[in-house]
Amino acid sequence: MEIGLRREVLGANAAVAAQIRAGLQQSGAFCINLISSPGAGKTTLLERTCELLKDRVKIRVIEGDISTELDAERVRRHGIPACQVNTLGGCHLDAPMIRLALEQLGPVGAPLGTEPAASPPGTEPGPELLIIENVGNLVCPADFDLGEDAKVVVLSIPEGDDKPLKYPAAFRRAGVVLLNKMDLLPFSRYDLPKVREDLAKLNPGAAVFEVSAFTGEGLDNWTQWLMDQVMKKWDASRSERTPGRSPGR
Amino acid sequence: MHELSIATSILEIIKEEAARHNATRVTKIKVAAGALTAVVPESLAFCFGICSRGTLAEGAVLECEVRPVMARCDGCGREFAVEGWSFLCPRCGSSRTRMVSGQELYVDSFEVEQGCG
Repeated sequence: MEIGLRREVLGANAAVAAQIRAGLQQSGAFCINLISSPGAGKTTLLERTCELLKDRVKIRVIEGDISTELDAERVRRHGIPACQVNTLGGCHLDAPMIRLALEQLGPVGAPLGTEPAASPPGTEPGPELLIIENVGNLVCPADFDLGEDAKVVVLSIPEGDDKPLKYPAAFRRAGVVLLNKMDLLPFSRYDLPKVREDLAKLNPGAAVFEVSAFTGEGLDNWTQWLMDQVMKKWDASRSERTPGRSPGR
Repeated sequence: MHELSIATSILEIIKEEAARHNATRVTKIKVAAGALTAVVPESLAFCFGICSRGTLAEGAVLECEVRPVMARCDGCGREFAVEGWSFLCPRCGSSRTRMVSGQELYVDSFEVEQGCG
């Protein structure tokens, strides 16, 4: 006997991602999911981004790796709260892992491990940026919604100019593409106009920034974009919380 | 190797649905996968074969149909098959297009043997 189902294969993950998204909507925190192949420079970019923005916005970081605490330790050195998730062989983060990590990081707008009611003065809710660094992999992380506002895909020059078309799902779903290690462009045969053209066809809506986390080149455009999104979401969440005037008055 | 986690998710769904329908054995599973999901049907069947061992879906045939990526133009309304990963409208050249299919991934149906009573 054949039974019709039409059930989403990743439905269980999607349900948890929706809960996370709703929580972030309520708190007004903007969340990015950083995706790239191993060695594209995600963690260095993340550190540079934190350095540039940490005085302007609260930042929290969730680090995904198959093993080790190395990346979380790198982030904590900048005074940023970070939670390391080890997937123990898994090649991507999924939404239940993020839910657990958020419980460990503590409620948004409060210091680590405290309840919102117990927040000392000066830690009242404010604009916040949650950065999730996924496991280095351009395939599986693209499939798993983590409840983020935008996927940020990092592509570095040494990886080659054919990657957007080889990994279309990651680049199609990206809200932002960061072309990293631009300082290495003069030493490679990388066809930058072709990458720009491929991205414009595959994902015309994506913002593309040329950066070098090493030299700092182009990071101002990227962090400006990020701050704009953070403030937009924070303002929207505040206006939702403020009761509007009823019509006719 | 994302087929393994996808196969595991399919197995969870099948176990749950089989119990709901009093099935004693699952003989066939049909999955629909949009081309953007990059699921390789042979890999998926292989992974499913491994993770379903010792379950009521052991030995079931897993058929995976890969569906094309389709988009529609907001400008001129043309619906088109995406070729060469270009989402630009082939008629008017607009970049204001949206994907209408090609990233779906769902269990379409399954075939079972049911217990009596």
